Amino acid sequence: MLLQALVLGALVLAMVWLVANVQSNLERQNINSGFGFLSERAGFGINQTLIDYSEDSSFARVLTVGLLNTLLVSVLGIILATILGFALGVARLSSNWLVNKTAMVYVEIFRNVPLLLQIMFWYFGVLRNLPSPRQAVSLGDAVFLSNRGIVVPALEMTAAAWWYGAALAASGAIYVWLRRRARLSRLADGSLISIWRPFAMIALASLAFAAMMGGVPFSFDIPALKGFNFRGGITVIPEFVALLLALSLYTAAFIAEIVRAGIQSVSKGQREAASALGLPDNTALRLVVIPQALRVIIPPLTSQYLNLTKNSSLAVAIAYPDIVSVFAGTTLTQVGQAVEIIFITMMIYLTLSLLTSFAMNRYNARIALVGQKS
Amino acid sequence: MQIKRLVFGALASLLLAFAPLSVGAAGNTLDVVMKRGYVQCGVSQGLPGFSNPDDKGNWTGIDVDFCKAVAAAIFGDAAKVKFTPLSAKERFTAIQSGEVDIIARNTTWSMHRDTALGVDFRAVNYYDGQGFMVRADLGVTSSTELDGATLCTNQGTTTELNAADYFRANNMQYEIVAFEKADEAVAAYNSGRCDAYTTDHSALYAQRLKLTDPQAHIVLPEIISKEPLGPAVRQGDNVWGDIIAWVHYATVAAEELGVTSKNIGSMGNSTNPSIKRLLGKDGTFGANLGIPADWAFQAVKQVGNYGEIFERNVGINTPLGIKRGYNALWTDGGLQYAPPIR
Repeated sequence: MLLQALVLGALVLAMVWLVANVQSNLERQNINSGFGFLSERAGFGINQTLIDYSEDSSFARVLTVGLLNTLLVSVLGIILATILGFALGVARLSSNWLVNKTAMVYVEIFRNVPLLLQIMFWYFGVLRNLPSPRQAVSLGDAVFLSNRGIVVPALEMTAAAWWYGAALAASGAIYVWLRRRARLSRLADGSLISIWRPFAMIALASLAFAAMMGGVPFSFDIPALKGFNFRGGITVIPEFVALLLALSLYTAAFIAEIVRAGIQSVSKGQREAASALGLPDNTALRLVVIPQALRVIIPPLTSQYLNLTKNSSLAVAIAYPDIVSVFAGTTLTQVGQAVEIIFITMMIYLTLSLLTSFAMNRYNARIALVGQKS
Repeated sequence: MQIKRLVFGALASLLLAFAPLSVGAAGNTLDVVMKRGYVQCGVSQGLPGFSNPDDKGNWTGIDVDFCKAVAAAIFGDAAKVKFTPLSAKERFTAIQSGEVDIIARNTTWSMHRDTALGVDFRAVNYYDGQGFMVRADLGVTSSTELDGATLCTNQGTTTELNAADYFRANNMQYEIVAFEKADEAVAAYNSGRCDAYTTDHSALYAQRLKLTDPQAHIVLPEIISKEPLGPAVRQGDNVWGDIIAWVHYATVAAEELGVTSKNIGSMGNSTNPSIKRLLGKDGTFGANLGIPADWAFQAVKQVGNYGEIFERNVGINTPLGIKRGYNALWTDGGLQYAPPIR
């Protein structure tokens, strides 16, 4: 106990010394310090902002814009990688030779080529083959594909949107009720009731009702070519597409292996027992194998989610305005305060990672075997 | 790669944290350099004409020659210099933390950098300004026609701010795509991601050479900013700063006096008092700087005067083909002017 206290004390002292030392060094070398710069005017433009931003915004705003861009690509990347990874993992175990080998080739290619090269490939490889805005590929003169990205009409909600919101909420409530009824009947006498057909009918009916009451719930801001570029609509920039593709495809290869290992860890007897009970193959996979496999899958899957988020910082190579690019990059050179900016950036990545871990650990605890909970 | 940058940033921060153990007092760069035996010079990661490795891996360019001249002045040997390639955003941390003795990295001298980053700019070895390069078939002849254009540029430079100011001042819209490295920015411009590539005029000419078909691209005539590029040192080391400034002035003074690397050897008996002072035959200028008396002689003999350095690296007979312009001597209507060596 005393020893531990001593070590802790020494650690704290070392930290204090380090901080004081940095401060005195910065002062001696006449380098600005402190966090006052965050409220200063940024003065530069950013080409993808999820919130209002202009050159007059502050560096704190730059930080928020960059963080949101990082979150956008990370969250979408995690969703895509998970879906693709699970599909590939199951395919790897398929008895169909072609499906099995295709999944294997995919995994071996994507996890063995460095991610940065994959990002560069998707960015430059695809960009080079796209036409200029004046020769853009258009879909009904509303969606345009060019080397400036994909421009789609922007959706603007009208008052009628409320009717649709209400219809969706009602359908959701009915779905929950249907599920509960099906579950009760299964527990009561083992009869399986399909809930999809009644649900689909009710959902369609409520949407039709909303359409009758409100009419068209939105209007479009249709993009058009003006001068060099498209004006109006929403532009999905090529940097985002390339980064999202590269991150999802790369991480999916790792997730596929994790899923395969998880499924194989469930003993063969479980599947045979399910089969003996008369459960169809798909149902057995969904209700018997996957829930048990998840316990093995979740912890390494969490690591992959963390990796994907951190790997998104490679964005800077292809000019995607993530937090490392606009904050630890442009802001750092405009302001010059490396210590503070790198510190803030590291803290943000740490917080993101800890939050992800926390959520995944909660989920893991919920699905763990009751006897194994501690 | 980005991870490397982060690690670099973190390490540089740590270096600052432990600075009393490594950099020591800020006032003795010359002693450190003397003891080490060579000058550590921070340059760009590859900009033809300024600092660029040739096909044999030797660094060449105006900024490289400047560091060589410093080495010649201190050691009497222009080869006693090592080069550290730095990205735009690494450069100030590298000089602050003592990793390099000097950055000669086509770096713009601005008030913020001079006063808030712990660095001192002491000379201007190239007067530059920001401009735009576009594809010739775009039909644009002036940067005032760029309303709505997408611009590719390098991140972490004054360029992003200048472009923002210029487009706002002219009430034009723009979209900026900022890359970490110039190579990727040019590649993206080349593949059509952007309508224009914007950076310093000299760099536009240099990067144009790297494009698949340089003739298909034109550099627009407008210059939208002042970009005095020059070497920078750590703030607070005046002795070292003086050496940097006067090595540059010596090359300019040599050109003013008609002294070149070829004829300097035969100038030993010159009776011109200015030349005698430049050659170290008269006065104690070397001793005042703490370096050998023949400092300027060695710098000019081994590297050349300012005009020679300019013409060799970026001049009209090089692939870049840049005219002297602002960088001509003041006597020829340019801005290069050396205070008197006396």
